[in-house]
Amino acid sequence: MRFLRALGRLWLVPVVLVAWEAATRLAEDIFFPPPTTIAARMHEMWFSGPAERLWLTDAALENIPTSVGRLFAGWLLAGVIGVVLGVMLGRSALLSRFIDPLVQFGRAIPPPALLPFFLALFSVGAQMQIATIVFGIVWPILLNSSDGARHVDRQHLETSTVFGLSRSQRLFWVILPSAMPKIFAGLRLSLSLALILMVISELVGSVNGIGFQLLDAQRSYDLPGVWGTIVVLGVLGYLLNSVFLVAERRVLSWHRGANRTT
Amino acid sequence: MLEISNLTHVYGGGPGAHHALGGIDLKVAQGELVCIVGPSGCGKSTLLRSIAGLLRPTGGTVTLGGKPVERTPDDLAVVFQDYSRSLFPWMSVGDNVALPLRRKGMDRPRRREAATEALEQVGLAGAAGKYPWQLSGGMQQRVSIARALAYRPALMLMDEPFGSVDAQTREDLEDLTLRVRSHHDMTILLITHDIDESVYVGDRVVVLSKAPATVAGDLRVDLPGPRDQITTRENPAFVHLRAEVGRLVRGMRNDPAVSS
Amino acid sequence: MTGRSLLDNRLLCGAIGIAGLFCVAELAGRTGLIDPIVFPLASTVVGRAVELAADGDFLADVVSTLGAWAAGLLLTVLIAVPVGFLLGTLPRVESALRPVLEFLRPIPSVALIPLALLLFSDRFDMKVAVIVYAAWWPVLINTMYGLRDVDPLAKETLRSFGFGPLAVLWRVSLPSTAPFIATGVRLAAAIALILAISAELLGGGSSGIGTFILESGSSTDALEYTVAATIWAGAIGVISNSLFTLAERRLFHWHLARTEGTR
Ligand SMILES: Nc1ncnc2c1ncn2[C@@H]1O[C@H](COP(=O)(O)OP(=O)(O)OP(=O)(O)O)[C@@H](O)[C@H]1O
Ligand SMILES: [Mg+2]
Repeated sequence: MRFLRALGRLWLVPVVLVAWEAATRLAEDIFFPPPTTIAARMHEMWFSGPAERLWLTDAALENIPTSVGRLFAGWLLAGVIGVVLGVMLGRSALLSRFIDPLVQFGRAIPPPALLPFFLALFSVGAQMQIATIVFGIVWPILLNSSDGARHVDRQHLETSTVFGLSRSQRLFWVILPSAMPKIFAGLRLSLSLALILMVISELVGSVNGIGFQLLDAQRSYDLPGVWGTIVVLGVLGYLLNSVFLVAERRVLSWHRGANRTT
Repeated sequence: MLEISNLTHVYGGGPGAHHALGGIDLKVAQGELVCIVGPSGCGKSTLLRSIAGLLRPTGGTVTLGGKPVERTPDDLAVVFQDYSRSLFPWMSVGDNVALPLRRKGMDRPRRREAATEALEQVGLAGAAGKYPWQLSGGMQQRVSIARALAYRPALMLMDEPFGSVDAQTREDLEDLTLRVRSHHDMTILLITHDIDESVYVGDRVVVLSKAPATVAGDLRVDLPGPRDQITTRENPAFVHLRAEVGRLVRGMRNDPAVSS
Repeated sequence: MTGRSLLDNRLLCGAIGIAGLFCVAELAGRTGLIDPIVFPLASTVVGRAVELAADGDFLADVVSTLGAWAAGLLLTVLIAVPVGFLLGTLPRVESALRPVLEFLRPIPSVALIPLALLLFSDRFDMKVAVIVYAAWWPVLINTMYGLRDVDPLAKETLRSFGFGPLAVLWRVSLPSTAPFIATGVRLAAAIALILAISAELLGGGSSGIGTFILESGSSTDALEYTVAATIWAGAIGVISNSLFTLAERRLFHWHLARTEGTR
């Protein structure tokens, strides 16, 4: 029943698809291929492999895991750096006074502008891409973590003082958990940013990956390929976000519960 | 054991400054249970926070076991007035109670055992696996009492610990406090609004004047035999003491001259 | 005592922080900890940045980027705010469109640049198009969010005085949504700058900060110019962000006062 209702809410999606199909077939513009053509091309590019490999093609197996691997490597690295620095800044007013302008500046730099720089520093490859991703997405994590660590309930801190918690116990059992909702907000934002930076870093300096496939399709005027790659990237973004939301809901169940009652 | 002399505290500065404590002198012996009563907003929590080392008073000294209190002393536990914010919502009730035991070097099973025992004492045996926000206000308050009990401090500070529990539970917790004190030789400082309660549980009742708070009265409670909710409360000595404390507190409210 | 009050000065501390980073980078280069050929000296970079500020070609590039940025942002607001109001006031339309929007939103905006390069022959149009696509999300979402926050009592009051729906929209909904829209625009401004530079980096040709960075890549002292131009890009980001923040504070101080008061 709930499933049917959920389906009912999606009624516009097939309508849009059909309208799109009809319009593109009528227009016959090579720049706007019909969805069926795009789907066929996507099937050919990624999903026409042998059954024992889940129908994935060589190209899919080469490019998708590579891209996703870089994305996660960058995201995790940025997560560690951002949380560590952020908590330090959040807990030390003095440190944050010195570092704050640098953070504001760093976050204002449009990350793609650094691509040529990282390209020169690391040359084409995973290193350069991960560096770009980390630099681009560390800021929301850092700012959110420092915000979360700064605004720990005073009573919680006093409780840990009174019961004599050591510095590390206070950090791991009080400050970090209480900053966790904020940290997760930062991580979620940076996950979608990571996808963007993954794509652009692959467009500029890579010999494999989904972004490279996109560039390849564009160079060979393979418009269904370009559209198809964009769809794949959209699906990837959707999946990443959904998986993250599920994880967040599990980890932060206490937060939702606590906020419902107060 | 605890010695407070000429303790003053002023919040803020300039024209908006608030004189919360106006020179408090108080001595508490080892194993004593002292109740502190006083009008709302007079500075009871402020006094408790300076004893706990959470607040640096602007004047006077607090010494605990001969040593001046500068940082939060070891072997001290607090049951905070704002119980809901003093429990950690990201931990289960059992973990909340067990957390402070980590620094006592207890291993995991022993921590768990101590937590279960303390929760049983406050009548929450089954709640260890729940989260604080799944409990009622009174239950949360009992959890924070259990946490302090499990910690086995030498000095326990309780800030209106029975404020939001029902009458029956309140009586049980009062008796629990008395038992704990005699079993573990704890020194307890208990802040309350309830005059009956202060006389029933206290060895002494200290009445504070309204802000800036000073000690307006210090009565020794001499009641015969072990205390009992029914018989003690009908004892003439109890009735008499209650009236005396009541007069002191009331005097605070009606006649400002008393406090000065 | 004086040391304490000096440390309380945010501006001074910030300046010390920046100077500190500069010195560390410079020292690392001079002592050979970092090879100056791999990573230019901090002083060289700053010198180049100063040079660029007087360089006509670079300034023309900055103007070109900012032109596309401003046009894209303006168009974004013109599209996203009305759409946001439409969706915010017509819940049925919103719930029908939601799945479609939800499928479109996760598409990484820069992935559209290669497509846009094929679709648009004009570089400027191309830039504006991708900027609008990427920047319209925060404006749209903030508009809808703000509309949900409008005080129903204020609307009823006006209605009870016989004002029509348009008047209610104009006198209550728009003013109380404006602070949220402003926040959305500030976020969109940063995204727009990212997209403008990305498009220039990928599109080549024409002009813009991204193009400048790309073209200086072929010279021998490329890295110095690249980093110097990046510093200016960051400076533009900081300036735009602080201008938007300042404008928000000025225009909507009543809103800030209210939300901070209730905390
Ligand atoms: N952090 C603070 N800054 C300024 N004034 C404060 C602060 N904390 C408490 N006060 C003031 O000091 C006075 C005493 O506060 P305190 O909390 O000690 O009262 P209390 O006796 O515990 O009251 P209650 O019985 O209501 O808990 C109050 O008037 C309060 O307004
Ligand atoms: Mg109090």
